Amino acid sequence: MPTKIFHTTSRPQPEQMTREHYLNVDYGIKSWLLTTDHKRIALLYLATITAFFALGGIFAVVIRLELMTPSGDLVQSETYNKLFTMHGIVMIFFFLIPSIPATLGNFLVPMMIGARDLAFPRLNLASWYIFVIGGSLTFTAVVVGGVDTGWTFYTPYSSSYANTHVILTATGIFITGFSSILTGLNFIITIHKMRAPGLRWFRLPLFIWAHYATSLIMVLGTPVIAITIAMVGLERLFRVGIFDPALGGDPLLFQHLFWFYSHPAVYIMILPGMGVISELVTCFSRKRIYGYPFIAFSSLAIAVLGFLVWGHHMFVAGQSVYAAMIFSVLSMLVAIPSAVKVFNWTATLYKGSISYDTPMLYAFGFIGLFTIGGLTGVFLATLGIDVHVHDTYFVVAHFHYIMVGGMIMAYMGGLHFWWPKITGRMYSEGWAKLAALIIFVGFNLTFFPQFLLGYLGMPRRYHFYPEEFQVLNVMSSAGASVLGVGYLIPMIYFIWSMRYGKPAGPNPWGAKGLEWQTPSPPPTDNFTKPPVVEEAYAYAPHTQEDRPRG
Amino acid sequence: MDEGFKLFPDQASTMAREVDWLFYFALAVGVFFSALIFLLVLYFAVKYRRRSDDEQPKPIFGDVRLEALWTVIPLGLTMVMFGWGTGIFFKVNRPPANAMEINVVAKQWMWKFQHPTGQREINELHVPLGQPIKLTMTSEDVIHSLYVPAFRIKNDVLPSRCTTLWFEATKPGKYHLFCAEYCGTKHSQMGGWIYVMEATQYQQWLAGGAADETPVEKGQRLFTQLGCATCHQANPTARGPSLHGVFGQQVKLKTGQTIVADENYLRESIVNPSVKITAGYEPIMPTFKGLVNEEQLLDLISYLKSIGAAPSKEDKK
Repeated sequence: MPTKIFHTTSRPQPEQMTREHYLNVDYGIKSWLLTTDHKRIALLYLATITAFFALGGIFAVVIRLELMTPSGDLVQSETYNKLFTMHGIVMIFFFLIPSIPATLGNFLVPMMIGARDLAFPRLNLASWYIFVIGGSLTFTAVVVGGVDTGWTFYTPYSSSYANTHVILTATGIFITGFSSILTGLNFIITIHKMRAPGLRWFRLPLFIWAHYATSLIMVLGTPVIAITIAMVGLERLFRVGIFDPALGGDPLLFQHLFWFYSHPAVYIMILPGMGVISELVTCFSRKRIYGYPFIAFSSLAIAVLGFLVWGHHMFVAGQSVYAAMIFSVLSMLVAIPSAVKVFNWTATLYKGSISYDTPMLYAFGFIGLFTIGGLTGVFLATLGIDVHVHDTYFVVAHFHYIMVGGMIMAYMGGLHFWWPKITGRMYSEGWAKLAALIIFVGFNLTFFPQFLLGYLGMPRRYHFYPEEFQVLNVMSSAGASVLGVGYLIPMIYFIWSMRYGKPAGPNPWGAKGLEWQTPSPPPTDNFTKPPVVEEAYAYAPHTQEDRPRG
Repeated sequence: MDEGFKLFPDQASTMAREVDWLFYFALAVGVFFSALIFLLVLYFAVKYRRRSDDEQPKPIFGDVRLEALWTVIPLGLTMVMFGWGTGIFFKVNRPPANAMEINVVAKQWMWKFQHPTGQREINELHVPLGQPIKLTMTSEDVIHSLYVPAFRIKNDVLPSRCTTLWFEATKPGKYHLFCAEYCGTKHSQMGGWIYVMEATQYQQWLAGGAADETPVEKGQRLFTQLGCATCHQANPTARGPSLHGVFGQQVKLKTGQTIVADENYLRESIVNPSVKITAGYEPIMPTFKGLVNEEQLLDLISYLKSIGAAPSKEDKK
């Protein structure tokens, strides 16, 4: 919410705002829209994606309201189909993919490595503009009538049969992809070339490792979805036969190309969240992370293996049984680095000094919910089980445990953790804890019943459903309303804190990252003198013998 | 099939029991690891809670043995699930040879079935108990997916391609039939019921319905009408290869490649004959695309499946 921010900063509070920092260095719309400061761009992204999150959330509310009853009586089937399609598109392409990298990543990547800014500040601003242009196009598509293909755009439905705004929506996604690619490039180059003296690769915060792995996927994967979307457009507009068998195309080719990006995209969404959790767990247990190199390499392993498992979305789509077998075993392998991370986070707590500040509550929530989400992923990778639960609510529950239970928990945890750094002020801890609890309860009530619905056989994307599924659906809808309240509370106290929050000071949590060694909010150049790093996660003094070799 | 609230679906096919056992195993593994993580996090969070603000725990860097342990154990367990799941998957994808064949055509938004004896049904399918049933499926428009939760089976149904699915029902009753792949406006209403009946009841049911021409009969009629037999003769000098007993056989192609003549190969050879030419023949067959619809293609395939070894060979014996 940038308007809110210059509103506050335009009237400096006497107790704090005398020092010059990135928020008060300049005022006015122009100073924000033409800024090349990564911290300000992060806030531009924060405002934009919050708006998209609210939009996607509204779609979810209507979906859950509709599913209170088995007969589709609130909206028409066509509208319902548009609602779940646009919920998916908005949440995935315009909220989850940019969420942590574009906001916290943008703000923190340079600060954590002791740099003044990203390698290409103007390119960074361009990424935001591209994102806004893409977002506006897709938003226009929503306003003029929406799209009903599902966020997956399966052909030949999307290319030959749907008569909704496929082209406009797809163009928006196509353009937005470039914003992802440019952000990824910017991060990779920044992390390679701009680290502070002494900040060797294995001293990097794990947040940086996670963003490095994410950036690799963004750069390598996003072009494929761009090409795929362009081909759907070619077929739809000019009847070039690529995917529609009536024109001589192959509908399975689309699914291969689509999932070649969209499966790795799942890791674009979750890896940065894992990076955040590594920071939270260490800070709030005042300990170095357990098994640093294992967590660092597991991020890379996930990024690499993530590119080799796309076929697990197609076990019952008509691909060869041998292909299915290979994709199944590779999908099992990608579960291992995720498990390694969870075990290492848990082990970090051992003999720590654990505080229950709000960010840590979100980290606990993440570990629990991600564990469930990850384990149910193994169910889905198991061929015999997937035949039954594929395209049912079991899948819906699984990916919401990863995306909402995992990623949004991490995002919320990260926002609460770095909020004092970003704004220089503290939010209300009591309200924040309450909201974290409400979100946790609401989340489980919403999505746990969906696992049961899925195994019972309720297919996803169903407007009408058999009556015996109603009880579980009502539970889920009730949970969604609790979850909605849980998300509204932070929006209120965050805005409130920008003006009335207690000044945070440079390091309210006693954290060890470089970003905490500079005032809050940071000066435009981030650091008053260039930082030097001697050790990663130096939470306690220790002797040379404590250290592992190498 | 009762309509009350329940936590697990009906078990009504041979596959259902097998899938459920694997699911229970996965569930046990899942519950064990979730509980392990929850309890450890909870225990550590309480036991090592911060007691004073200046507490400074000793750093622990990690232990390679522990890392190896928690890499190898999950790896082993996932490999068990992979092996077990793949075993079931191969069974799901290999219909028994004695299966009764039912043709399925999907379109926005209905399911059309035809029994081997000719009876047709829409959005309902009556099947006998204890008899393996193979569905040969194709779509007239977009991708659909045939799903029967009580049987734990599902497979996508694609335009211009045949896919198959099989099951053997074990419990009489009425079970949901769903379309599981999003296919447009009325996707959620593209469903119906599977009725599983005792074999004798099924026979009665068949006798009660007006039997249409069977798929094999219709296929044979089309085969003659379209003039297929003019070239596809058992005679070695004929312009086209003999189709007797071709189904399921290895076919040597002009390119030297060998492929199995399954439903998809036969289908392709009718609508797009020049793609895969049998060795020793010229690409002279015209396409029948547009002349036969999806249902007629399935009829032709049913007919080709029904004709066994070539009569000429029989004569020589």
